Amino acid sequence: MSSREKILATVQANQPNDSPLPELHFSVGEDNHVDRFKTVLSGIGGNVVEVADRNQIHEFIKLNFSESKRIVNTIPDLAAVSGIHAFENDPHRLEDVDLAILQGHFGVAENGAIWITEDRMGDRALPFITQHLALVIDKKEIVPNLHEAYFRLDTSAHQFGTFIAGPSKTADIEQSLVLGAHGPKSLLVFLIGQ
Amino acid sequence: MNHADLADHFNKDEPRVDWHDKTLWYIREKRDKAAWQTPDWELLRSTASQIKNNVLSNLHPYLLQFEKKAQQNGVTVHWASTPEEHNQIVYSIIQKHGVANIVKSKSMLTEECHLNAYLSNRGIDVVDTDLGERIVQLAGEPPSHIVLPCIHWRKEEIGELFHKHLGTPKGNADPQFLTAAAREHLRQRFMTSKVAITGVNFGVAETGEIVVCTNEGNADLGVQLADVHIACMGIEKIIPQRKHLGVFLRLLARSATGQPITTYSSHFRKPRDGQDMHIVLVDNGRSERLASDDFRNALKCIRCGACFNTCPVYRRSGGHSYHTAVAGPIGSILAPGLDMKQHADLPFASTLCGSCTNVCPVKIDIHDQLFKWRQVIVQKGYTSTSKKVGMKLMTFVLSNPSVYKIAGATARWFRKYFPVVVNNRFNLWYKQREMPLAPKGSFSDWYKQNRKA
Repeated sequence: MSSREKILATVQANQPNDSPLPELHFSVGEDNHVDRFKTVLSGIGGNVVEVADRNQIHEFIKLNFSESKRIVNTIPDLAAVSGIHAFENDPHRLEDVDLAILQGHFGVAENGAIWITEDRMGDRALPFITQHLALVIDKKEIVPNLHEAYFRLDTSAHQFGTFIAGPSKTADIEQSLVLGAHGPKSLLVFLIGQ
Repeated sequence: MNHADLADHFNKDEPRVDWHDKTLWYIREKRDKAAWQTPDWELLRSTASQIKNNVLSNLHPYLLQFEKKAQQNGVTVHWASTPEEHNQIVYSIIQKHGVANIVKSKSMLTEECHLNAYLSNRGIDVVDTDLGERIVQLAGEPPSHIVLPCIHWRKEEIGELFHKHLGTPKGNADPQFLTAAAREHLRQRFMTSKVAITGVNFGVAETGEIVVCTNEGNADLGVQLADVHIACMGIEKIIPQRKHLGVFLRLLARSATGQPITTYSSHFRKPRDGQDMHIVLVDNGRSERLASDDFRNALKCIRCGACFNTCPVYRRSGGHSYHTAVAGPIGSILAPGLDMKQHADLPFASTLCGSCTNVCPVKIDIHDQLFKWRQVIVQKGYTSTSKKVGMKLMTFVLSNPSVYKIAGATARWFRKYFPVVVNNRFNLWYKQREMPLAPKGSFSDWYKQNRKA
């Protein structure tokens, strides 16, 4: 008998009587979700910049990242910043990226996380290998909590997707918080809209 | 060496014990703050517990569904009954790709299986990429905590360790500086490793995707730069549907460190173009435990470590005193299921205060199980002779009222005139404590007198 058959047979013999799945009903809260998102994200080390439109993103990056040697942008509307990057399915070539600019799908107010999928990353490695990461989301695209987030993801056909909440960090040395463990040292979030 | 001996060793350095205790309590307080700020916290806990009950009662169909979906996603699924079989599978995949250097992100399962030792004996260089895990790996130690692997290390010692292994300047113990040095050192490994191993936080039966949570981004960086991704998971990590992730991800990081969510919660559904992806499903006693009404619940664990941080024994005895991959209260109820004789001491490493049960995000009855394990262990005869003799004597005295009376009077007489009978180093209760003065008479004498008056 293979291990697979053995494990499955033992599981089938030993699993207890059916215990039904619970309903998922949770309160949404009456917070201003945008404010909550901003507060929580700042609290976990993200930098939130509110902009009226994409032009302002362009200006902000010109002003603050003029020293960056390599900026990779995957958002067509922001082509003026650094053009649209052509990816070659070799993530190692992204090693020297200083700043990556990506379009997120939506943000989650309760934890400051932003959902982004592979098709918006250019390369799956980009959000993790870049020294600094900028994510762009629309203010209207903020959901109150993770239940609402997964409600939106119910039929998502993503091949790879991730919630990103703040810059890469560690507190493994005596609980001292250090930003920039292996991934981006900073996370910039552009919130578009009034 | 049993838990008490190993704890004794840890307790030799009193300032370190105080610091260890305080640091972990601080994390417990952060967990409380996060829990209180979350509406429906208790509803989340009971919902998570019910979902896990459903998983355990339908594990067979969920495992089949998960396997089928994962295969449809282009993932190769392996099954391992034992740690040895798991290690063989991982090794054969590495061998097939002719690789000698690999990176691994945090996985308690691979610790349970002692994968690192197995691979290094076969000439494979495994680098643990989680900073805390890398620190203990360089020191040649196992992690002492499932979420905070080097919580027992002082920064000066880490500075010294990095000076020796990474060539950082002697005497520099700045966490910012040391983290930057590790980042540079590990970047090299990320860039050159063709195989990446990760653990799995959740496997979704509905979609066949796996979710991996980290703060450092080390799992993602490893996987996305490698040609091969091997994900190792226990069969109990399955959850039914994607929407249930909402419940577990709300609980996990808040319970672990008080963060609202980990920095990265990555959903791996299909391998990247050209990548070879494997999932290794490991049993190692889990399917047997499923049969036990008393101990089944331990399989609901999501490895947040909240029970460690709150445990008055763990905080003062250190993770290594548990001599098992998963330490703390949860480890003390998991380990006897794998090898009762070797871990017979662990269910006794508790005050049964119940704090672990109170903070558990999936409501495992940890302290009840600790108590039940004690009974099983005594019945099977795995306790030490002194404990056995003591308990037998106690049973005899307590079940014979006349003997009890004489024993009480004798004990009071000895305590008064020959305190050394109790106040000696063979009495563990006398260690670090003054024994109370013996009362003049027994409670039953006192009761008789006061009833008369």
